[in-house]
Amino acid sequence: MNDKAYMVPNPPTPNKAVEFNPDVCTGCNLCVEVCPTDVMMPNPEKKQPPIVVYPEECWYCGGCVEECPRPGAITMLHPTQQRISMNWKRKATGELFRLGMKNPPPPNTRPPSGG
Amino acid sequence: MSTWHEYVQRNGKVPEWPYPVDYGKVNEVDSDVLVIGGGVAGLQAAINAARAGARVAVLERGHAKRSGAGGAGVDHWHGAVTNPCSSVTPEMYTNACYDSMQGYTGAHVRYIITKEGWDTLQECERMGIQIRDVKDEFKGAPFRDEKTKLMFAYDYKNRHIIRVWGWNIKPKLYDEAKRLGVNIVNRVTPTALLTAGGNQGARVVGATAVSSRTGEFYVFKARATVVATGGAGRLFVFDPETTASGTMADMNSAGVGQAIGWEAGAEFVGMEGGGPGALIGFGYAPYSMGNASNTYHGTPIVDAEGKELPWVDVFGNELKSWEDRFYPQAGQEFQLGIGIGISRTNREFRLNDIPPDIVERIRRGEFKLPLYADFTRFSAAERRGTFGMMVGNEGKTRIPIYDTMTKAGFDPDKDLFQAPVMPVEGYFNACYWAGGPNTPPTVRSLGGGGFLTDWNLQTNLEGLYIGAGSTIYGGGCHGESHTTGRYAGRHAAAYARTATGPVIEQEQVDRERETAYHATRQGKGGNGWKEINAAIARIMRDYCGRYKNEQTLNLGLRLLDELKTTELAYAYASNPHELGRLLECKALISVGELAIKASLQRRASNSILDFHRLDYPAMDPPEWHKLLPIKQVNGKVSVRDLPLDFHLKPPFASTLEENYKRYSGTKL
Repeated sequence: MNDKAYMVPNPPTPNKAVEFNPDVCTGCNLCVEVCPTDVMMPNPEKKQPPIVVYPEECWYCGGCVEECPRPGAITMLHPTQQRISMNWKRKATGELFRLGMKNPPPPNTRPPSGG
Repeated sequence: MSTWHEYVQRNGKVPEWPYPVDYGKVNEVDSDVLVIGGGVAGLQAAINAARAGARVAVLERGHAKRSGAGGAGVDHWHGAVTNPCSSVTPEMYTNACYDSMQGYTGAHVRYIITKEGWDTLQECERMGIQIRDVKDEFKGAPFRDEKTKLMFAYDYKNRHIIRVWGWNIKPKLYDEAKRLGVNIVNRVTPTALLTAGGNQGARVVGATAVSSRTGEFYVFKARATVVATGGAGRLFVFDPETTASGTMADMNSAGVGQAIGWEAGAEFVGMEGGGPGALIGFGYAPYSMGNASNTYHGTPIVDAEGKELPWVDVFGNELKSWEDRFYPQAGQEFQLGIGIGISRTNREFRLNDIPPDIVERIRRGEFKLPLYADFTRFSAAERRGTFGMMVGNEGKTRIPIYDTMTKAGFDPDKDLFQAPVMPVEGYFNACYWAGGPNTPPTVRSLGGGGFLTDWNLQTNLEGLYIGAGSTIYGGGCHGESHTTGRYAGRHAAAYARTATGPVIEQEQVDRERETAYHATRQGKGGNGWKEINAAIARIMRDYCGRYKNEQTLNLGLRLLDELKTTELAYAYASNPHELGRLLECKALISVGELAIKASLQRRASNSILDFHRLDYPAMDPPEWHKLLPIKQVNGKVSVRDLPLDFHLKPPFASTLEENYKRYSGTKL
């Protein structure tokens, strides 16, 4: 492990707000275009995912995810302190779950009503 | 790769600003009607002005396709009382709001909202927004009307609050505005209203703005202007690292519309009012935890051992079944619902609820924490109507809650949704995610005050109209923003048809252009906008908090001015984004000054306004039951008295209906 060390400010809190999957994202920047607060900026390298520059300005509306033409390219991530608060318990078994857990249960695939 | 840190450490260099920067380059935008703020109110104003034949420009801080507090969606629509299933009339609804606020709300605005709310919603339907259960998913449910397929929230008997599938409402409005040829200018921060001769108090003839991407300068020239901006969410608290996804006000909520109105000489009322800052983000992500309020109204709450919490009606009588929670009980006329800015004082028309003594009963051990929302106790229709229909369409729920939670495996058919664990006082309000005790008691929000408008929704300034949820005196929530925007746009267009062409005072434009770029010319070692914003919020919390006196208010004014002429004056903007945020800081100081100056004028404590003067501790003396409209004349404060029922006094007619006939501009 000899990664070069840089003099950079601490990572912001929160640090991500959204996460891109570079295998799916084509760098079309539609998410950049609609974000109300310019959380993201286009990547200087063409066709690469945008860069999250102002994550602490995100209000987590999810509009970027709705705008994305390629499902899975962008994921909205609640900040850790909000994520850790979203807990549920299976009524029949008493199992405890939380958003962001290591081994999550299978997804509930039922779409929302409408749209 | 997603973050700036990853990029920098991979490439060993800081990425350059991605947009071409040209500070000061002038762009001129000419229109009949200028709409400032492209949220739901602003786009409604633009659409309706365009339909009336006006050439329309929209000045928008973010991108109008998804921006604004209403841009994240809506699940229920208040005030659509003229829908065919409703047994509430505009008069009943308006008087209930007015009486609940003991007169401290703009009843003319409420009446307009109820007269046109249903029409506005039907127009939304024609734009492609689903407002009916067209797929018959909820056939036979008690909250559904089988003939119209409309679905209702809160009060299933009186049926005046409509459930809607509004997750995509903003893109649909945006498409309609574009189709009508509205010129939308995105990513610009307004810096001033332009007035005839550049004079405070004169006719409004446009606005100036700066792009937060290119730094270019914009001069908007218009015959009529509609301000449709949101609230000042960053005024009393600035702590985005903590509030993050918990807030219901995005970072653009800097009160810029109020600020430029105040500086132009517009009149405001109720700016001394306030309330606890519960939705500002110190709780939990909105709708992200078990609760029984608002969108989750009526949801069964159980304790750690599965024992269900009781519900009571408005008279304190325990309800027998969960179905009863959605009906007014004997003796109650109808229920207003919450989320329209009056629930704090609403008594007679409030909803069935978990009783307030639940706090004591939890403390005594009768119910054990944690609490859970148990949707399985609902019928399948009610469960799906709550989590799936309402959660899934309400603002900040489709992706942030429904999509996120279901992908993580949450299933309302099987799972108990945990409520926050917090000091027991927090369970007083069933909107548990707001997390009452988590919000510092010093954190406040402006509540209920705004621009004073007449029955045309015009301000005291010729050519300036208001359409908004929180910026107008008498506004409300999502649907109210649409409806006031629609009405203001129609009236602005009518004015523009007969008004003379706007004449811009070049001296005012030059002055604004010079001032706007101040931060780009400073040394690079100054404070950033975030630190300054935090200081503004500190001043407001300390000197314009729940308790105040003449001395502390004046000290607050002094410190805002200190900040403006010192730290803010030395702040450097590295790029157009920081410049936009610094311009917003300047606007926040203006709104802060407005709130403090309004507070100085009310020399009496007032319970409805949650206004406590330590130097005038007697609560609600009758001689102070009045409005105190405040404005600037030649930079000096000017205040007058106005009766609470001014909307029914000359020059207006004496009834709501007669005024609506006279002023609405619609054929009745």
